[in-house]
Amino acid sequence: MTSLQGFLVLSALLFCVGLGAVLTRRNVILALIGVELMLNAANLNFIAFARLGPHPNAMEGWMFVVFSIAVAAAEAAVGLALVIAIYRRLRTAHLDQMDSLKG
Amino acid sequence: MMDWIREFLGMLWKTVSDQPDPKAAFLPLIPEEWRSETSVLLSIAPLMMIFPALFALTTVVERKGLGRIQNRLGPNRVGPAGFLQFAADGLKTLTKEDIVPRAADQLVHFLAPLALVVPVFLTFSVLPFGRHLVPLDLESGLLFFFAIGAATELSVFMAGWASRNKYSLLGALRAVAQMVSYEIPLILSALTVVMATGTLSLPQIVDAQAAGNGEWLARWHVFTPWGFFGFALFLVAACAEANRAPFDLPEGESEIIAGYYLEYSGFKFALFFLGEYLGLFAACGLGITLFLGGWHAPLPILERWIPSYAWFFAKLAALIGLFIWVRGTLPRVRMDQLMNLAWKFMLPLALVNLLAVALWHFLPNPLARWAASSILLAGAYVGLGRALMPPSRIGKRVYRYAPQDSR
Amino acid sequence: MNGLTIILSLLVIASALGAVALRNLVHCALCLMGVFLGLAAIYLCLDAQFVGLVQILVYVGAVGILLVFAILLTRGGGAELSPFFSPSWAIGAGAAALLALIMVAAILKTDSLPAPDAGGAELPTLAQIGKRLMQEDVIVLEAMGLLLTAAAVGAIVLAMPEPPPKKEEEA
Repeated sequence: MTSLQGFLVLSALLFCVGLGAVLTRRNVILALIGVELMLNAANLNFIAFARLGPHPNAMEGWMFVVFSIAVAAAEAAVGLALVIAIYRRLRTAHLDQMDSLKG
Repeated sequence: MMDWIREFLGMLWKTVSDQPDPKAAFLPLIPEEWRSETSVLLSIAPLMMIFPALFALTTVVERKGLGRIQNRLGPNRVGPAGFLQFAADGLKTLTKEDIVPRAADQLVHFLAPLALVVPVFLTFSVLPFGRHLVPLDLESGLLFFFAIGAATELSVFMAGWASRNKYSLLGALRAVAQMVSYEIPLILSALTVVMATGTLSLPQIVDAQAAGNGEWLARWHVFTPWGFFGFALFLVAACAEANRAPFDLPEGESEIIAGYYLEYSGFKFALFFLGEYLGLFAACGLGITLFLGGWHAPLPILERWIPSYAWFFAKLAALIGLFIWVRGTLPRVRMDQLMNLAWKFMLPLALVNLLAVALWHFLPNPLARWAASSILLAGAYVGLGRALMPPSRIGKRVYRYAPQDSR
Repeated sequence: MNGLTIILSLLVIASALGAVALRNLVHCALCLMGVFLGLAAIYLCLDAQFVGLVQILVYVGAVGILLVFAILLTRGGGAELSPFFSPSWAIGAGAAALLALIMVAAILKTDSLPAPDAGGAELPTLAQIGKRLMQEDVIVLEAMGLLLTAAAVGAIVLAMPEPPPKKEEEA
């Protein structure tokens, strides 16, 4: 196993842990934590390929990660504001109980 | 063995006498495989000794200074004029019982003081203390400082939450809200220097403030309009970031007892105390590096006789004195005043300051750029101040309780 | 991977498992901070100094703080969550584990990329990153600024207390 493969395996495991959280946990904030984990796994891939791929002097990988971190910050701000707004209205942070749209 | 002692003393002499690369002669004596570790250790050990010692001294000086301000003596029993008080205090905190509340979250409660002290010590590693004394010359040193400094907010939250005490939690929420709010003016005011010098490396920022050839005055950034404003904003923000009076609401002993470290005693309390003061020193050190010329003397001629690190520590002592003076003089602000100051006053001023440094950079004529950026900043300061002043406060005084005819 | 990155990787995976499986939300958030810090350390090991420090500044300093505030505002700090092994957990966890197996197998079976040329390849400097951000990628940078502004305004509007309902509940 080369270095690059090691980091890719780490990233894949991280992604699946995040996916598992989104699929199994029923709390909104835990689902958001899972999404953050998946985003971070993608970032790790970019960094690993940028450094250990054939062109270590290219900057594309780093640029992608910088922008992705900015997007993640925006996503977290809006997502958590939504959680707070929903909690204020429905008094719950449980995904199964947010069923007002169910007929 | 004699070689070792001679070279070690030689290294100390080189450090004290401000010569380049003091470790160069000593390191070859160390076996190859331990060389890099020894080098790191030699850089870290002085930091771990000098700054806690400075902390100990500052506690005594602060108590005596506050005593003078409040017209009393302050500590005067232990040692000459009370100056060994820190030893008594230290022994007392170390031998006290370490109480952990039964309801507390044991692990998080234990980790919180560590999570404060470790990042604070890390921030010292990028500051240039002297001409050849930079523990870690990072390309993005300023970013490192702010990134690691942001991690301390988490420790404050951990301490407040893990204690399972409403006052602790209130104090932690206040502290985190305050630190997040004041981080923005802090970083924006530091960005002006980055815009002017074009680098994030702290040693290079210090180099940019050296006097040019034949100039009699150093080019400290504080001597420019944007630098002066930036330094003032930086100091206020650093004061709030370090939770010091007049921004010490998170501790607010009269309302929430001691805030987030209410449930800490003994050595853990001492660690919080240490971390708070070291954070203040680090912020002062960064302010010195960014605006007050780092280790440069105000007059280049003085640098020939007095070593560089002496200037750094003299400036640090002056800033600490300033903070003690402010603490003794100003009353604590209210929460709404605190937030209004950060978001409505300091943030717009910091943004205008960025505009001012851009003007300073692009106007070629020295007179024009002085005039332009001064007018811009003074206008913003006066305008914002006037706009935010609460209306109807200025007027004829009305004696509501005194009898009308007694005048 | 050398010893340091292997230790960091194990730390990251352990914290990630803690972040999704612990029963107290604040513990989950603190574990998530562990993941962010570990990943930042891995970035530093991979010579991506700027990205690693931005990761600490944004994720630990901003996203983490937002997260714990949201947890406290939704009263998640004290209560224990429903246990991890809910009736439907097997499907989700099984799907994630299956995906993990497939991905790891695919990574290990694929031939590795050619190793970078040892000499001549210099890592980008901070000044190059700055130039890149301000010249070639300036439109992306502006878009990002717009996005962040919109997100900040949107978050404030969303989280603003609603005006009290007009006498509906009292009637």
